[in-house]
Amino acid sequence: MNWILFRRRVADRIALVGAGLATAFGLVFLAWILWTTFANGAAAISVKLVTEMTPPPGSDGGLLNAFYGSAVMILLALAIGTPIGLAAGTYLAEHGRHTKLAATVRFVNDILLSAPSIVLGLFIYELVVVPSQHFSGYAGALALALILIPVVVRTSDEALRLVPDRMREAAFALGLPRWKVSTRILFKAARSGVVTGVLLGVARISGETAPLLFTALNNQFWSADMNAPLANVPVVIFQYAMSPYDAWHALAWAGALVLTIFVLTLNILVRLVARGRKSA
Amino acid sequence: MAVSAKPRGGLQNRVFHLATGGAAWLVLILLVAVAFSMLIGGKLAFQTFGFFGFVKSSQWDVVNGQFGALVPIYGTLVTSAIALIIAMPVSIGIALFLTDIAPAWSRQPIAVAIELLAAVPSIIYGMWGLFMFAPFMANHVEPWLNDHLGTAPVIGPLFNGPPIGIGMLSAGIVLGIMVIPFIASVARDVFNAVPAALRESAVALGSTRWEILRHVTLPYTRSAIVGAVFLGLGRALGETMAVTFVLGNAHDLSASLLMPSNSIAAAIANEFTEADTALYRSSLIALAFLLFVVTFIVLSLAKLMLRRMDRNLGRTH
Repeated sequence: MNWILFRRRVADRIALVGAGLATAFGLVFLAWILWTTFANGAAAISVKLVTEMTPPPGSDGGLLNAFYGSAVMILLALAIGTPIGLAAGTYLAEHGRHTKLAATVRFVNDILLSAPSIVLGLFIYELVVVPSQHFSGYAGALALALILIPVVVRTSDEALRLVPDRMREAAFALGLPRWKVSTRILFKAARSGVVTGVLLGVARISGETAPLLFTALNNQFWSADMNAPLANVPVVIFQYAMSPYDAWHALAWAGALVLTIFVLTLNILVRLVARGRKSA
Repeated sequence: MAVSAKPRGGLQNRVFHLATGGAAWLVLILLVAVAFSMLIGGKLAFQTFGFFGFVKSSQWDVVNGQFGALVPIYGTLVTSAIALIIAMPVSIGIALFLTDIAPAWSRQPIAVAIELLAAVPSIIYGMWGLFMFAPFMANHVEPWLNDHLGTAPVIGPLFNGPPIGIGMLSAGIVLGIMVIPFIASVARDVFNAVPAALRESAVALGSTRWEILRHVTLPYTRSAIVGAVFLGLGRALGETMAVTFVLGNAHDLSASLLMPSNSIAAAIANEFTEADTALYRSSLIALAFLLFVVTFIVLSLAKLMLRRMDRNLGRTH
């Protein structure tokens, strides 16, 4: 075997092994992170988690108020963000598909999708918390809605554009007005794509911590008042993990485990549904 | 084309058109409003210290009301740089593995697993970083770095420091792991999109897989890969929770990567609720303004590079 051929083969082998190692690197960290969360979280899970409130230092308790607060804020964010996102997505895919406005909005939307969520939190602080002079569950929900909107815009735009033009033409040929074509025909055809996007958005906002720090803040006690500081899972995890108390650490891990299972299950479900649709 | 016509007739039609168009405008207005409100909020800090005075000063003296952005800016840039140095080769390796090497049955599950890295909430990365990764770095990696690289010329000062696990190096590595899925998934998509004729020609000429990657795939997908890296950079710059846990919130400028530092996002997350003077709050919002502007530029570049790749693909197909 001549020298050049040998060198090329060695370089090739090194690259292939390197690619395998890179993949292993990614998978090892995923396994390590998940294992840490499961091991520490499972040890701390008990019935009290969903029957008791967040405790003061030194005593034990649960996360009931935090689960409640998170659930309410996510639902409210969905109620605000989904219609706005779907409407903007409809404009991009239907009414304004080839306009300059649509191109610009798509560009800006993709940037908002990756924009630092802590800045969006500060924006809601300036917009809502400062004028009303107190932190509130409403402000938290609004901050989460801001993060949800770009996700829904993007996915509904894509889902609607996948609907074949034949369907639009058939609907118009029947004499349907534009709004009926969109709401009755196209939304139905694109429904699973839009739902996928909304679910991914829920997975995304349920783990968001930074935008809640100065909007919903936190609340150690049971409170259903959306106009007051509201407990929520991510901020509780943050505060408890940063504290020096072991009991708080345990609760933080339990919360982290529940959050991780919720988010990963949503992600995997969405993927399974999406794949089933593609092969069907 | 059946699409994009003017709204014709019917009140409902007009309302529907206005509502969807309004929502689209809202997205645009949102971006401008965020930037504008950060500028207003940071006005006091910029006026007090001057724009360049604020950016260039490394002072962060809460008691005497002296605030400068240099340390958080430095920490943000250094941790993001470490993240990209790790994530770039790893992501390209993963993309190569998933498109060329892995047996077909394993590609989908591995790709999903890598994408799940992006789904794990950042606060989970933070906790894992604080309780697992930082002690691991402190016990196993950093003593070794001190002994072997700490005395080296030129790069020595970077790796010479107390092995406490909390610092820019740990934060950078955690950030790197977080942005890998973003770069890897774009890289895999564009690798798959390279026209088969190009690859087959290279194979027919007797190229090895490494040579195909270096001389065909990477040059062909270059703009998209650069775009993906910028996308990862945009994510890394603004990432908050993971960094807050492992960076140590120290306002000292230090050459050593093992020393605790601060980043823009971490400073805001740590200090904003405690900021008790208007100037303190304004300084933190001014930091947020700088972060928003920089990530906007980085992400815009990413979009432009990715779009160029799309156009290339459109032309060759």
